[in-house]
Formats: sequence, C-alpha cells, structure tokens
Amino acid sequence: MTVYVLRRLAQTLLVLFVTSALVFGGLFLVGDPVEILVNPNADQAEKLRAAAALGLDRSVLEQYWIFLRGAFTGDLGRSFVFGRPALDVILERMPATLEIAFLAMLISVCLGIPLGLYAGLRPADPLSKTIMAGSILGFSLPTFWVGLLLIILFAVELGWLPSTGRGPTVEFLGLQLSILHWEGLRYALLPATNLALFKLSLIVRLTRAQVREQSLLDYIKFARAKGLPRSRVIGVHLMKNIMIPLVTVIGLELGSVIAFAIVTETIFAWPGMGKLVIDSIFQLDRPVVVTYLLVTVFMFIFINLVVDILYSVLDPRVRLSEAKG
Amino acid sequence: MKLLEVTDLVTEFHTREGVLRAVNGASLALERGEILGLVGESGSGKSVTGFSILGLIDPPGRIASGSVRFDDLELLGLPEESMRRVRGKRIAMVFQDPMMTLNPVLSIETQMMETVFAHEATTPQDARRRAIEALARVGIASPGERLAQYPHQFSGGMRQRVAIAIALLHKPELIIADEPTTALDVTVQGQILYEMQKLVRESGASLIWITHDLAVIAGLADRIAVMYAGRIVEEGPVAEVLDAPLHPYSRGLLDSVPAANAGAGRLNQIPGMAPSLLRPAPGCAFRERCTRAEDRCCDPPALTQMNGRAVRCCNPLQGA
Repeated sequence: MTVYVLRRLAQTLLVLFVTSALVFGGLFLVGDPVEILVNPNADQAEKLRAAAALGLDRSVLEQYWIFLRGAFTGDLGRSFVFGRPALDVILERMPATLEIAFLAMLISVCLGIPLGLYAGLRPADPLSKTIMAGSILGFSLPTFWVGLLLIILFAVELGWLPSTGRGPTVEFLGLQLSILHWEGLRYALLPATNLALFKLSLIVRLTRAQVREQSLLDYIKFARAKGLPRSRVIGVHLMKNIMIPLVTVIGLELGSVIAFAIVTETIFAWPGMGKLVIDSIFQLDRPVVVTYLLVTVFMFIFINLVVDILYSVLDPRVRLSEAKG
Repeated sequence: MKLLEVTDLVTEFHTREGVLRAVNGASLALERGEILGLVGESGSGKSVTGFSILGLIDPPGRIASGSVRFDDLELLGLPEESMRRVRGKRIAMVFQDPMMTLNPVLSIETQMMETVFAHEATTPQDARRRAIEALARVGIASPGERLAQYPHQFSGGMRQRVAIAIALLHKPELIIADEPTTALDVTVQGQILYEMQKLVRESGASLIWITHDLAVIAGLADRIAVMYAGRIVEEGPVAEVLDAPLHPYSRGLLDSVPAANAGAGRLNQIPGMAPSLLRPAPGCAFRERCTRAEDRCCDPPALTQMNGRAVRCCNPLQGA
C-alpha cells in the first residue's frame, strides 16, 4: 500500500512535468504578453524594460528552466497581471470553485443514486420512466442554456434565489466558504444546481443500468433464497456491488466538475478558478495558466488515487500492490 | 401427510413474442426425508419449478395458477414476509454455478452470519460458532480461518460447499438443489454428491435434485420425475423408471446416456428438438419427436397412475 502510493506520487511528478512543459511551450507560441500588458502607446525601450522585469527577455528554454527551479521550491512564478505569486491567486479563488463543485456532486449523488435505484428496481413504473426521460434531458441540454433558464425561473420570475455573484463567506479551516453561511448558500444554490444537472443524469442512468444488470445475477437470487429481508438484499448485497463502478465515475466527474466549471462560473459570475483562468488566458498571464493547470492535474491525480484506495476497500478482489499503472 | 405437494403449477413469462409457459401444469409430491430427482433437458422447466416453489419468480415471469402446499402452508399467494421466513429457514436452495451464487464483495462470514440473523435473533458469537460448525460439516478444513475470507479465495468446489453449508444452517426440511454439480470438475462432482447425500440423510431433510444427469439420479434419488415442455411426463421409484421407462421420452433420455462399454459408435439421440413453449401445439408435446406417435396423441394425454408410478402418454411403453 505505501509502496503503491509512493509509486503513484512519482508518476504524478512526471505528469506534472510534462503538463507544465506543454503549457509553457503552448503559451509561448500564442503570443507575447508584453504587448497586452504595457500601454499601447509605450515605446520600444519601455516594452523592453517591462519584458526584462517579467523575465520575458530571456529565451524560452531559459525561462522554463527558471520556472522549474522555482517550482521545486514551491514558487510557481508571479502573475503578470496581479503582480502576486500565481499560486496565491489560484488558491484564493479555489474555495469558491471547490464549494460549488462539492455541492454539485453532493446533489448529484444524493439524488442520483436513490432515483437510479428506484428506476432500476421498478423499470415498468411510470415514475421510473419519467426519471429516465428527465435524465436524457439532463445530459443533452447545454449547460449554459440550462443556466440561463435557471436564472430566468428562480431569480427573475420567482425571485427566490440571487442570480449572480457569491454571497457572504465564513472562514472554516482557513478557507473562505459561502455554503456554511445561510445567505451564502442561497448564492451557491443556482450555480451548483446548474453544474449538478449533467452529473445527476449520468449517475441516475449508471445506477439504473447497474441495478438492472446486477439484479439478474445469481448472488442476488441466492441472497433472497437465504431468506434475507429485501432491505438487506438491496442495501448491502446490491449496493456494495454497484458502488464499485459508481465510485469510479463519481471520482472522475468530481475532477471534471472542479476543472471545467468555467461555463457555469461565467454565467453566474461566480468568482472561481474557472473564470480566473479564462481571464488569464486572454491576458496571456502565463504563470497563472500554468499554475492552474498544474493544480488541476494534481487534483485529478489525487482524486484518482482516492478512488483507487476506495476500490480496495469496496472490492476484496482488488489489492493495490498488484495493481499496475 | 406429504411434506410438499405441487399441483398443476403454471409459471409463465411475458415476453415480447407472447406468453411463454415454462411450467405448464406440473404436479409433484414429496414425503419427508425423500429424495426426488427432477430430470429433463434444458428448457424443460425444471429450474423454474424449483424457483416457483420458493416464490423467486421475478417479472416478467409470474406464477399463473396452481398450488404449492408445504407442510400445512399454501406457499402460493403467501405474503412476502411470511414467504421470506420460509426461505432459507424451512426450504433452502443450492444453485447451479458456485462461481456466481456467493456475493463477491462480502466475506464468507458476513454471508453466513446474515443468514443466521435473517431467521433468528441470536448473539454474534453464536452465529459465528454455527457458521464454523456448518463449514466443518461440509468438509472445509480450518473453517475458523476460512470464514474471514472472500469467495474469490475459494475454488469452485469449495464455494459450492460453502453454499451448501449456508443452505444447511437452519436445518431446513426441504432442500432444492438446482444442478449443483454441473459446473464442477468430475472428481469434485463425486465428492459434493457424496457429501450432499450424507448430509441430507443425517438431517432427515427432503431433497429435490434438479439435473439432466441420469447417472447422478440413479445413485442418489428415491424417486424420479421426468419433465418435458413444462410438464411431468413420468414419475415413479427411481429403479423402476430407469429399468423400464413407460414414457418414450424417458426411454430416449436413457438411450442418450453414453455407456462406458459402448465403443466408438454414434450415440443415440432423440430426434428433433424441444418444442417452442411460446406456441405449443395441441396434444402431446413430445408427439413430433416420438417414434410411437399415433393419431390420438393429438389429444393431450392425462397423467395415468399405475402401481405407484405415473405416466403422461397415450401409448406408453409396456414396462410395468
């Protein structure tokens, strides 16, 4: 187990290195940030001064080397735009993204699994058919459009929930969180619902498919033949088996919700990482973009590691030391 | 009084092509302590009969009519909770494929102890002790250690022993064994068969052994019931039926068994194939494949009783 985790961490470093190189090179090719950052009326001497101040007068390999050296000491560079360490800029925005991402996953899991179970156990029931039809809408309607509809309905027509921005926050373990504050939660509800819709539909469909498939297997029939109550057959025998594929998908989706909340954050003017990175790309703020991607990659890998560990807890046939890759 | 009396059982499956009658008026009876071999080819309805007795038919299947009388209980139409109390407690079942019957993600201990708790409020220590005893009884070495393991750590034969141990936990009055040796190696088959027979005799339980293997039945059962197209076509004491079958189908089954000394000649087989249960032709279901078929076979034959045997044929062989 320890060996496994260590090996995974080594792989993580490699992935981070490759990602940083790709993004660094890619952004270098896109354009020169100096052109955007300095006053358009500035003369050549001023531009050169600005470039020298940002370290942009060196060759790209040199710049990358300086970045790497810094990265190993935890310094991922200063934002060209904010003039502050890029990591600080990202981390400042991260709680906002994390909280709607987790709220969205919470909604999807807490609603998705019971709905999927219901639809899977009673496939002929009209309510099941309604759930399944709804789930098709859920993952085929575009996020931005659903987001706008949510605003029109709940913010404009009904006036129940605020449409944009982030509400008051409460400090918790050093993080500024709005979902722990009642007023703040009201602000988070619409963006989180918007984010959750696709994931919810996916989880409903996956749960239902798993229930349908697993219910036919002999071990379920045998559990019933033993005289177990229905609640235990479903709650223990069935659930433990369907959780294995569900955990994989939930893990992957959690990563993607965090990384790609960009559309939702833009619509609801939610001050998260997604909005920051879009702005930073437009301004060619390379340190922020590189740092954002490294943080995202790291989070993806971390979530996958957690999923792998959960696997070994859920499925006795999986032993981490044997796992390759 | 008979322990089990199944009368005119009809179990249907509603499919897209229509209603499929997997069991079409089957009747059988079992005394306490008796071993009945239920024989037939694939699709004859023998497994569905077993599941119907336990009330384990799921939609799109349903038990359409008939009666399953167990001791003083009518099992058909029994409320789910009362039926649950019978399952695993008074009637237990062993399935065909041991690789599939145990839950892969639960330990043997969990799967055995939950069975105890399903029917008795007892202490975990007592449930554990009984699980260990049950494993020892079916010949599993160091049962205390094996208990903590998971199904994938057991071989096929061992898993079937575990399934049998689970079935025996509550000393059931009736065990339904649905081809429990078919999926096993021949050597393991023999062991399981022997153990099963010994355990059933010791506990005085009745046993319905569902199989297509006549050789197994010959050494195990007291009586035999031959099933064809959802009906019992012949029934009687095992020696009599195997020595002198009355129904042409039973004869055909016996002739299809490869004999050890028969040389390399072609095996006998019953011509044709099992009839569609979706649109059964009127009259005897075996008519199309029967060498003794006559015009009157177009009327459905009734089950005729004679000397403790029964046959559903208009033109039976003169065995008795």
